[in-house]
Amino acid sequence: MAVVSETPLPGLGVRFEFSTETGTRLGVLQRQGGRIDLLIYDENDPDTAKESISLDEEDARTLAELLGSSRVVEDLGRLRQQIEGLAIDWLPIREGPFAGRTIGDTEARTRTGVSIVAVVRGDDPIPAPGPEQPLEFGDTLVVVGTPRGIEQLVVRLRTG
Amino acid sequence: MIEATFLLELGGIVVGLAVLARIAARWGLPAAPLFLVAGLAFGKGGVFPLITAREFVEFGAEIGLILLLFMLGLEYSAAELTAGIRRHAPSGAVDFLLNFPPGFLAGLLLGWGPIAAVFLGGITYISSSGIVARLLDDLRWVGNREAPVVISILVIEDLVMAVYLSVIAVLVSGVGPVDGIVTLTLALGAVSVLFLVAYRWGDVLSELIFSHSDQTLVLTILGITFLVAGIAQQIGISAAVGAFIVGLMLSGPSADRARDLLSPMRDLFAAVFFVFFGLSIDPASILPALPVAAALAVVTAGTKLATGWWSARREGIRTRGRFRAGAALIARGEFSIAIAGIGVAGGIAADLGSLAGAYVLILAIAGPLIARVIDPIVAAVLARRDATSRARRATP
Repeated sequence: MAVVSETPLPGLGVRFEFSTETGTRLGVLQRQGGRIDLLIYDENDPDTAKESISLDEEDARTLAELLGSSRVVEDLGRLRQQIEGLAIDWLPIREGPFAGRTIGDTEARTRTGVSIVAVVRGDDPIPAPGPEQPLEFGDTLVVVGTPRGIEQLVVRLRTG
Repeated sequence: MIEATFLLELGGIVVGLAVLARIAARWGLPAAPLFLVAGLAFGKGGVFPLITAREFVEFGAEIGLILLLFMLGLEYSAAELTAGIRRHAPSGAVDFLLNFPPGFLAGLLLGWGPIAAVFLGGITYISSSGIVARLLDDLRWVGNREAPVVISILVIEDLVMAVYLSVIAVLVSGVGPVDGIVTLTLALGAVSVLFLVAYRWGDVLSELIFSHSDQTLVLTILGITFLVAGIAQQIGISAAVGAFIVGLMLSGPSADRARDLLSPMRDLFAAVFFVFFGLSIDPASILPALPVAAALAVVTAGTKLATGWWSARREGIRTRGRFRAGAALIARGEFSIAIAGIGVAGGIAADLGSLAGAYVLILAIAGPLIARVIDPIVAAVLARRDATSRARRATP
């Protein structure tokens, strides 16, 4: 992840900027009304946005899809605000003892009160997995629970 | 029963403004100064002096000023304000120190006395948030690194304006120095309390106010705005400040809807406001005021350029961006007119209106033009300088 700098523009919105690996500076200006400006800075003068492309919300979503981020994230973000006291998180199965075992083995619900609502494996999510669902190395679990429960589950997944 | 002449006059004015707005859009100019010129035609000594609509225009101008400042406050949240101010306070100070004195000194030199000089100082100090914001958008400078510098300076100016309007309201009221200080202390205390309320409980109030019915929301917001403006006027700070702080208080969905719903109203009444200001100037006095206005415009274009340059340098921005920041700030507009309007209504100085009118006309038009041409010029000069220095290095 590149270092993203955030600049508030009172009355306009918020601007985010970062440098790509090849040294081009890119920016995104999120305007208050929901429009987004995509900014590409001049290599010779990093203060000057030589290109500024104006997108409406629909365009921004299309571009985000093409860039590989998913709308699910945004929608879940909205969900997160609606459910007071509940958090949604994405937990990767990396180290830890559960790759190759099942969801039931994690005892997530009984020990931490956290529900595993989906398993994301590559491009196909497995929604509402049962306790017999096997887990593989590299899976990501989509979980819902209290922030504290999720923290406990993170520790549990790592150490067993 | 409404008189036909009144409707005819009103219709004539608004159609005239519509035509001017089209012309302004075609030429890429701000419309406000053109409305002011239109006002000159409708006033005493103008081409079409109004007979029956004058009272309405006067009344509409008051509402226009209140809506103008309310919508300005709506643009910001109180939290945004405080964050930007901390970082850019030195720039705000330099802005004031460079741009208030020219007007103030000019007022003294013209022999208008200290109160009128304070008015003229405010007129030269405050850039036009409206014109500058549109300019940044038109020139696609919003994404540039200097944009936050320019915007923060405008924000600080708007806040200083809130305090300043309270000060001049007391100056105009013509009370003695002792009473004046008491009134002023009370006024500033009231502004601070209102601001604190906006900062603390703005969110709660915005939630309370919100309604899914547009009509309910418009009535609620306008009602509160006019009430607070009235109370502000009553205790000796100007109505405009009250409206500004109500705007600051609103945030979230209430503010978003209010922005959409009240913009057309603001546009109509703000136009009427500029017309009224033009109305109150005798067209014959504009020409004699031009030389002084032009000199003041040249000096204060320079001081704004210096302000932007210095502030951008503070943020580590290079030469081109520094000049852009300075040029963006040159335009003066609605707020200078608002200050002059209060002065004219208070009978501060006979020529204040015509001088301010001529001054704003010049800079509202010249500011955007200078901003348009400055970047290519600076870029070309820098490129040539680079080329000559490279050539020098190449010839041993």
